[in-house]
Amino acid sequence: MSILIDEQTRLCVAGMTGREGSFHTLNNRSYGTNVVAGVTPGKGGAELEGIPVFNSWDEAVAATSPNTAMIFVPPRFAADAILEAASAGVELVIAITEGIPAHDELRVYNVLKRDHPGTRLIGPNCPGILSPGKANVGIIPASFFKPGNVGVVSRSGTLTYQIGSEIAQAGLGNSSIVGIGGDPVPGSSFVDILELFQADEQTELIVLSGEIGGSAEEEAAAYIAESVTKPVIAYIAGFTAPEGKTMGHAGAIVSGSAGTAAAKAQALEAGGVLVARTPTAVAELAPKLLQAAVSSSSH
Amino acid sequence: MDLLEYQGKQLFARHGLNVSPGHVATTVDEAVQAAADAGYPVVVKAQVLIGGRGKAGGVKLAANEDEVRTHASNILGMDIRGHTVHTLWIEHASDIASEYYASVLLDRSASAPLVIFSVEGGVEIEEVAHNSPDKLVRRHVDALDGLSHAEALAIATEGQADEDVREGVAAALKALYETWVAEDASLVEINPLIVTPERQVKALDAKVTLDDNALFRHPDNQGLSDTANEDPIEHHAHEQGLQYVKLDGDIGILGNGAGLVMSTLDVVAQAGGAPANFLDAGGGSDAAKITQAVEVILSNPAVKAVLFNIFGGITRCDEVARGLITAFEQIKPQLPFVVRLDGTNDVAGRALLADAKLPNVHAAHTMNQAAEMVVALAAGLPVPGTDDASVGS
Repeated sequence: MSILIDEQTRLCVAGMTGREGSFHTLNNRSYGTNVVAGVTPGKGGAELEGIPVFNSWDEAVAATSPNTAMIFVPPRFAADAILEAASAGVELVIAITEGIPAHDELRVYNVLKRDHPGTRLIGPNCPGILSPGKANVGIIPASFFKPGNVGVVSRSGTLTYQIGSEIAQAGLGNSSIVGIGGDPVPGSSFVDILELFQADEQTELIVLSGEIGGSAEEEAAAYIAESVTKPVIAYIAGFTAPEGKTMGHAGAIVSGSAGTAAAKAQALEAGGVLVARTPTAVAELAPKLLQAAVSSSSH
Repeated sequence: MDLLEYQGKQLFARHGLNVSPGHVATTVDEAVQAAADAGYPVVVKAQVLIGGRGKAGGVKLAANEDEVRTHASNILGMDIRGHTVHTLWIEHASDIASEYYASVLLDRSASAPLVIFSVEGGVEIEEVAHNSPDKLVRRHVDALDGLSHAEALAIATEGQADEDVREGVAAALKALYETWVAEDASLVEINPLIVTPERQVKALDAKVTLDDNALFRHPDNQGLSDTANEDPIEHHAHEQGLQYVKLDGDIGILGNGAGLVMSTLDVVAQAGGAPANFLDAGGGSDAAKITQAVEVILSNPAVKAVLFNIFGGITRCDEVARGLITAFEQIKPQLPFVVRLDGTNDVAGRALLADAKLPNVHAAHTMNQAAEMVVALAAGLPVPGTDDASVGS
């Protein structure tokens, strides 16, 4: 098992004909992902190395039955592309695009919730998902990772690679690696992905990689304390970062904490989560926690 | 992007909020003219992107021309918590019967807009939240339906606004919400939202943060922002599309992706070093952008050594290597560099660097090793854990 993507994945890509879109689509396919189609308005009938291009999501879905969408279009078109894929019935939409206006993300999130509750959005501004040995959807450099029992969920793309590769160097593999993105309104939260890892048989250890700002890590801490029985290691980036763009006074009230790395680490530790101070320390802790989990479950 | 008070008020006025008429002034003579146009008494207000202007003496009432001259010459050039005052806003002074508070922002934890209202305005809203939370109304709004008149009125009522101005407060809340939506703002805040003796509801201050990602659809707003107070290196970096924040240390840092760069700062600090900057070259950086990034980092004279920490996903390591090689051709840096390249096209990237034999560029195999090496180099110490000072591997 793994979560969200695997051998059953049938991928259709919005923006497949662009420079980045084509490069990463072909990367995903050479990894073994079943890429069935692409959507680029006005380029219907074309193809990318045998992958057919359609003018619309409705046409692509009717002809090729994708169950997963990847969004690679420029920011100003991304919200509509996500909603079009959902409206055509695609159940998993993975939005790589960076720089989408926050109000567009807010609209997408709420339209999906109201009109397409069966569609799950990952991202935007995320590196995608990798289930090693099964499928890769997005821009994660897959050669660093092998199959295994560690599930990784992260707000940051490159930090995901860093932590994932450290874990690989420690001799461990991954069930799935999920980048949820660092934008203000992510389609899926830490809590959504934790729930999937908790239910996934292959996953025996969960690594959560967060960063300063917002309150997603605090919400994850509360959820873990209540509902996650598998061991969790967390890493938070930004202990030495200067205060970023704050949301002003009103923002501080909403988050309920300053959104600092220290506050997040504290919340996670209070929820029973081990917080590693460096990406390397995550990989050092992982085998120990796995061993402890295995020996306690055999008693 | 944070707006100055007067810029925020211009957006408010565009969406029907009451604001006092006024004028911008950058010299004492302009201030006198602005005051004459606004009509005495006037308020002379420093325009800086930092709170506590009043306490710092940056907001003064003036009853006549002499007082305007005195206050304008005192405030122009004044330093308010690190921000130099270059601009004044002069507006007709308002009589105040009550001071309320209103804001709209994105509540990230609820993925919904949040309206906050209080009759305890004119003080820091955190204090109100702490001391009298019952005086603070917080209400989520359906992002798709928007804020209805009935909801706005209910917020004014629940917040116990004076009965005779509840319609006025509701109209102000609706206009504020409209500003938030139409201008692609992440925050709009009025503190204080005043009630005049004539029972008019009016925005006496404005704090507005716009979403940079949405500026493409707001050409009118693209020229706003307080460039006069921006650090010149940061300003140059932002023009190049680089996320750059200047810090106090001596180790220049370049990475790809905000999370990895933040993590790199942490690891360098843990290794005993002090980062000179945060620089996220972003996803998919091409060689030209990397070259510009090197230029930006080196324009800070405090930098003694530079760390490149790249884990390429959408970024291709060969592009990074090409950018660094070009930077060495153009800028000829005299400082040591530590380069760690992993991820997409890393083998090609490392090979390019090895072939280029750049002077004083050291390859690191891991992030921790890279941090230790750059800390040693910045301190003028021998590089730990390597047998030579050239690009190996």
